[in-house]
Amino acid sequence: MSALEPLSAVHVLEFDYTRSLGPTLAAFFEGLAQRKLVGARTVSGKVIVPPTPHDPDTGEDVAELVDLPDTGVVTTWAWVSSPRPKHPLDRPFAWALIRIDGADTAMLHVVDAGEESRMSTGMQVKARWADEPHGSILDLACFEPMP
Amino acid sequence: MTEKQEAPMIVTPIRLEYDYSPGEAASRFLRSIAEGRYVGQRCPKCKKVYVPPRGSCPTCGVPTSEEVELSQTGTITAFCIVNIPFAGQAVECPYVSATIKLDGADIGFYHLIQEIPYDQIHIGMRVEAVWKDRSEWGPTTESIAHFRPVKDGHDA
Repeated sequence: MSALEPLSAVHVLEFDYTRSLGPTLAAFFEGLAQRKLVGARTVSGKVIVPPTPHDPDTGEDVAELVDLPDTGVVTTWAWVSSPRPKHPLDRPFAWALIRIDGADTAMLHVVDAGEESRMSTGMQVKARWADEPHGSILDLACFEPMP
Repeated sequence: MTEKQEAPMIVTPIRLEYDYSPGEAASRFLRSIAEGRYVGQRCPKCKKVYVPPRGSCPTCGVPTSEEVELSQTGTITAFCIVNIPFAGQAVECPYVSATIKLDGADIGFYHLIQEIPYDQIHIGMRVEAVWKDRSEWGPTTESIAHFRPVKDGHDA
């Protein structure tokens, strides 16, 4: 029997999905490119962001698309102390659910808080926009704590 | 009708990067491949020979340790003609991926069948390993370029 250690190798699984946005999410991404957050207002008055074409409660078409401010509140978060190579930031950050002001749902994004001690549920955050839009969710580069 | 517009698209990359260890038994198999040999393991109870070995017999549930060097020739037990290209594909379509049962082994493993038109490949065909240049050998089944029909071979 050989006393050699078992082998080990780095494996990478990677897929690029190309997906159609549909009219509602297309409006959301067009908004991001113009540094604007777009949500959907349902017939009952609930505001969903990112927008969906239908009210998830009733299945009805949403009533209209609405512009929203680029500020919001962290509803929950998880600190990433060792970012992975493909993470959006190369320094420690938080994944967070952020309820945009005026919206009734929260969206997943990144908070660049520098240190975990600056993170808290209920904290207010503001969008930091990418210098150049590329047609991705990272046209909104991340959120940062508001003073 | 309004003029048809092109649907806006986005690319969403999905990536998983991880350290994979094949374990002790398959590591020994891969190290034997780096030396140009196929080494499997025999079950002490049912005597079946597994290649690549996993360190235990899936039928008897006992550890396997006896190592068995296998032949470089085998028999195609199943095959698939791949006609659909996909990202990262190493070989041009159409090509054939097959399970090959090496002589002396009781299970098959996957490799490419080449040096024959794909529509002449069949179950039972005798094939042999074609190794890459020795300088390219390593602990990977890619040390074997492909399998090809045994010259003047008769079906098993």
